[in-house]
Amino acid sequence: MARVTAPVGDWSQDFEVLDAGYIEDPYPIWDDLRQSCPVAHTERRGRAWMLTRYADVVEAAHDIERFSSLEIGVINSDVQPEGYDEADAQYGLPPISADPPLHTWTRRLILPWFSHTRVAGYEKLTRDLCRRHIDGFLEAGHADAATDYAQQIPVRVVAQILGVPETLSDTFTGWVRDMLEFADDPERNLRGQEGFGSYLMAELERRKNDPGDDLMSELLATSHDGEPLDDRLVLGMAALVMIAGIDTTWSSIGSSLWHLATHPDHAARLVAEPGLMSSAVEEFLRAYSPVTMARLVTTDTEFGGSPMREGDKLLMNFPAANRDPEVFERADEVVLDRAINRHVAFGTGIHRCAGSNLARMELTVALEEWLARIPTFRLAEGAEVTWAGGQVRGPRVLPVVFP
Amino acid sequence: MKIRVDPDRCQGHARCYALAPELFSVDDYGQSSVVGDGTVPAELEEKAHLAIANCPESAIEALAG
Repeated sequence: MARVTAPVGDWSQDFEVLDAGYIEDPYPIWDDLRQSCPVAHTERRGRAWMLTRYADVVEAAHDIERFSSLEIGVINSDVQPEGYDEADAQYGLPPISADPPLHTWTRRLILPWFSHTRVAGYEKLTRDLCRRHIDGFLEAGHADAATDYAQQIPVRVVAQILGVPETLSDTFTGWVRDMLEFADDPERNLRGQEGFGSYLMAELERRKNDPGDDLMSELLATSHDGEPLDDRLVLGMAALVMIAGIDTTWSSIGSSLWHLATHPDHAARLVAEPGLMSSAVEEFLRAYSPVTMARLVTTDTEFGGSPMREGDKLLMNFPAANRDPEVFERADEVVLDRAINRHVAFGTGIHRCAGSNLARMELTVALEEWLARIPTFRLAEGAEVTWAGGQVRGPRVLPVVFP
Repeated sequence: MKIRVDPDRCQGHARCYALAPELFSVDDYGQSSVVGDGTVPAELEEKAHLAIANCPESAIEALAG
């Protein structure tokens, strides 16, 4: 079901990140914008600006005074669940939706859950998940690499971290898609917010009497400045781990498999030279970065010669920055053994993705396990690949065959 | 060759640790630091240069000497 948006005549003054053609093939538009108008503008869904050059995106990400994280959604969601009020709004999804000082201490609470050591502990679980799902479709000779595989892995690892049942994976995925991918659809967006919100609330209450070894239980036992954490902070942090932990990584796994399905020489090379996997993973992250983040302009100011007003939205287009030819040679090519790759797929500055170790492990393991069992595969004949975009870009339908 | 990590610039991407685990360690919060006093053995100099060039925050510097 393709979304219909008003056609765009001039991308520099009227960009539309949900334009179907843009979502499918944004690269020529980014190239034009970087050249002709690196600070693009739109008035669709409020005043917003979009940065496409690496240097600009990095500068904005580090300028936390002018560009606040209080609004990070690329698409404004206009709906709120019943009972939600202004007082709740300040809690959000810390630390991603917070500025210092709230950002600083909430981030320290969740970072250890995604440390190298912890992530190494999730590797076997991830590998087993990948194998189990491949077992499910290997004999058939075809699969939807997005829905049957990519979408199934990260949600289950996150379920483990949150101590919630893996059997609800499809429900979690549905809610997260409603909140991110369908942020512009009031009905679906509200359904996701309410469904996920009330589910987490019940899980939180349950843990007050019967704590486990999961993230929410640990946060409930934590104090800050001598006070236990407000329930809304615990809920926000747990929600963040689910929201940010599944859509992004599944999109990344999906895009990488799309690349390999359409570049069989690259798949063959990775099978023949498994030592290339670590640089290949960085290159997939660069060339198919899933995440664009927004910021709230805090003051009337000028950036890159453009006059911004307090309350405007600023989009930091990390995917476009990572294809900036000023920084990357052969920027539009996937170079599996690219040695220098200072990409910012996980952002840069104090909001560097807290789950980046986990995402890298999941992407690596998902590709290793796929290639070990399915070294040769291609898009199905006449396959209609569909992509989601906006906040997170990645394939949503990806039919492949491996006869 | 000797290297150091600027603790104020490091944001925990852990690229250095992935590329040169012999030269860096990363704590539970992602903060990277050099192993020992940061002296790089000759055979690891290439890895040190790779780590420097791949740090998204440009947080690693080579000190003279």
